[in-house]
Amino acid sequence: MRIINGMTRRSFLKTSAAVLGGLVIGFQLPSSGRRIEAKSKWASADIANAFLRIDEDGSITIMVNHSEMGQGVYTSLPMIVAEELDCDWNDVRIEPAPVNMVYSHTTFGSQMTGGSSSVWTEWERLRLVGATGKAMLIAAAAKTWEVAAESCRAENSVVYHDASKRQLTYGQLTKQASQMSTPKQVSLKDPKDFKIIGTPVKRLDTPEKTNGQAVFGIDVNLPGMLTAVVRRSPVFGGKVKSFSADKAKAIKGVQSVIQISSGVAVIADDFWTAKIGAQAVEIVWDEGPDANLSTQQQSEQYAALANTPGAVARKKGNITTAMDVSAKKLEAVYEVPYLAHAPMEPLNCVADVRKDGCDVWTGTQLQTAEHATAKAITGLPAEKVKIHTTLLGGGFGRRAVPDCHFVSEAVQISKAIQKPVKVVWTREDDIQGGWYRPRYYHKLSAGINDDKKPIAWKHTIVGQSITAGTPFEAFMVRHGVDVTSVEGAENLPYAIPNVLVDLHSPRHKVPVLWWRAVGGTHNAFAVECFLDEVAHAAGKDPYEFRRELLASEPRHLKALELAISKSNWGKPLPKGHGRGLAVHSCFGSFVAQVAEVSVSKEGKVKVHNVVCAVDCGPIVNPNTIDAQIEGGIAFGLAAALHGEVTLKNGRAEQSNFYDYKVLRMDEMPKVETHIVPSTDKMGGIGEVAVPPIAPAVVNAIFDATGKRVRQLPISSEDLRS
Amino acid sequence: MVQLKINQKKYEIEADKSMPLLWALRDKVGLNGTKFGCGVAQCGACTVHVDGEAVRSCVTPISAVEGKEITTIEGLSPDLSHPLQQAWIAEDVPQCGYCQSGQIMSAAVLLKHNDQPTDEDINDVMTGNICRCGTYNRIRRAIHQAAKTVRKQKEDNS
Ligand code: FES
Ligand code: FES
Repeated sequence: MRIINGMTRRSFLKTSAAVLGGLVIGFQLPSSGRRIEAKSKWASADIANAFLRIDEDGSITIMVNHSEMGQGVYTSLPMIVAEELDCDWNDVRIEPAPVNMVYSHTTFGSQMTGGSSSVWTEWERLRLVGATGKAMLIAAAAKTWEVAAESCRAENSVVYHDASKRQLTYGQLTKQASQMSTPKQVSLKDPKDFKIIGTPVKRLDTPEKTNGQAVFGIDVNLPGMLTAVVRRSPVFGGKVKSFSADKAKAIKGVQSVIQISSGVAVIADDFWTAKIGAQAVEIVWDEGPDANLSTQQQSEQYAALANTPGAVARKKGNITTAMDVSAKKLEAVYEVPYLAHAPMEPLNCVADVRKDGCDVWTGTQLQTAEHATAKAITGLPAEKVKIHTTLLGGGFGRRAVPDCHFVSEAVQISKAIQKPVKVVWTREDDIQGGWYRPRYYHKLSAGINDDKKPIAWKHTIVGQSITAGTPFEAFMVRHGVDVTSVEGAENLPYAIPNVLVDLHSPRHKVPVLWWRAVGGTHNAFAVECFLDEVAHAAGKDPYEFRRELLASEPRHLKALELAISKSNWGKPLPKGHGRGLAVHSCFGSFVAQVAEVSVSKEGKVKVHNVVCAVDCGPIVNPNTIDAQIEGGIAFGLAAALHGEVTLKNGRAEQSNFYDYKVLRMDEMPKVETHIVPSTDKMGGIGEVAVPPIAPAVVNAIFDATGKRVRQLPISSEDLRS
Repeated sequence: MVQLKINQKKYEIEADKSMPLLWALRDKVGLNGTKFGCGVAQCGACTVHVDGEAVRSCVTPISAVEGKEITTIEGLSPDLSHPLQQAWIAEDVPQCGYCQSGQIMSAAVLLKHNDQPTDEDINDVMTGNICRCGTYNRIRRAIHQAAKTVRKQKEDNS
């Protein structure tokens, strides 16, 4: 096992160079010879913390400050260090980083994982870490041999002095290297000399994920630990009015029942007892203002809002005049429901609050925020609060909650009972617990001129703001527009001269959250489907139509053309089959997908295959890219075909996988991934395959049946023939 | 008190007889490889073998498996040597990894009964196991690959 989880690993700070006598790197990084501007805020961090440790046995430990939730950062980030370090990949192991300023996200300023940003935001810093390590090892060898550093070279964890045929391993050199001063400048490799980066490296965590040894948050056990299940308000925004714990307390194994900020916690010897106990608590709820909220009512409210002007997200030309002079006009409404993330590992958190400290073990995407939350609840000094990041059994945004509720609950309970506690959410708690991708209503209209060119595009979006009322609001909401609501719509890439995109952000008590690919999950659906409608109205092939409108968007265009060339676009299909296309850019990457579907007489949609082309700039691990494209398509397809949380009386109507359906094996299409060779700016990969799949499938359904789906999930009833 | 035989070892479980096997494994025995995903036999994350057959341990009370041979992912092989584990590694199947114990345990029973599964056969069995990360295509490839290994092992032994 290469990954040392928070439970067993030695504290990295304690095993610093001073203790081990080995090389530890990561503070006061030098600048690179080639890129002098590399000096940035993290370089001046005043703590001697580290990204890299080389032990005398030759093992190379790389601290990873991003959370592993399946996207492969425990492999791709160490690859970047290993490349510049010129070490033997087999010597590499990783440790999850503790919470510390030095590990803050280079762009977002706190320790966190999200926005498909781990690789591109760590690219430069981690290359410097590796290059610095190598320079210090070479310097150490040169000093030992009394030769010039320039006459030495490093390869596969060994420094060579070819002239005298001498060599020393990194393990042999590490003690000496730790005495060397950090170089002021290091040079980075020319990408053509890369040996690891760009190759399909296997994940470091696969073996332990194949024999049950991988440690997720839910697997953390402490001596004397109890397990808690929390009853939260069934109505969003509701609160406990009163409760009786008598029946729960009568159950053998239930230790205590307490009220916390989010509801009533039942604390027991094990999960099963806690769950039975939780069901036995009698609670009277104050259901709050949303007690009558229903999907029907929301849909009507949103439709009415869409007829009024919203906050302007994008304005180009004059939409009114352009519509007036259009030869042909189209209008359509697209709707998508609330979606739960439903990560495979239900939410959980272990907290151990003591008088002298607080330790928290959890799979989180927001370490800094969780740390601040635990600190605030316990009142302990910052250095006494430790967050141990375990593996995440899926994140998809659900483990990046601005109010830190799943950590907060565990810390509150442990503090109250003065014992370590593990809070575990049931699947029902997860599906009914909110923090959904918001429900959205899209109203679109377009005008086409006599030359069959679109000259007007109006897009009104209605849906809750994800960041309103959170610390993210300050930099994500501008002039009443939450970027997460409009991304993928306001940056419409198509050359249409008159564009208006506006937004309404109604408020409800239903908590909402980023859901893998965020704005793109609904905006790409509305934009790419409606564009398809416009193409057909103009009498044009959807590919040719897009190609013309993307003439000055080279990266969109390359992805589009690659996908088309690898699919059988335009070739005949069996009866009942259809092909559909969608293009989308998000998180700095550009994706095009062609889906082939068939629709049965009963209206059942089968997606046979998906050809996906992606330009994400220079690539680190093509193996990860393949996996993330397939995974993204599966995730997006689950939402297109099944995903839906509906409300009645302020409550979610679905509760587990039998009514909140996700994609299963028999529905998984064949996926072909093609990477656009690119030296452009590096983009993300974890989320980018999600947005195009729903519109590609819906457009394919139109191709197969002539029926236009404008609502997700796709209803087979509407497609019956 | 319920006596369970898990991975060839005997355990005395101090719990109500109605406790699902999943929670006895995780919270009483400390075998954490078997996962909780839904609790209602919908996701397959909790799959174990009882007398060689795949069982959803989240809905199986311990009273029902007393005296039977229970195998969890920890008991599938001591050293990652099961053909499925080897194939999982070769295909680099897991992403988050949370569903994979259950996937492998389900696939192991499939292969035991059928060493030449078609895609349809694989769907029939594996559709009960959810992977939210969408590793299905790699799982399928790995099962085909492991089936090949199993057939070869049988040939070599005959
Ligand atoms: S936890 Fe048993 S099938 Fe989901
Ligand atoms: S690998 Fe994450 S749920 Fe299957």
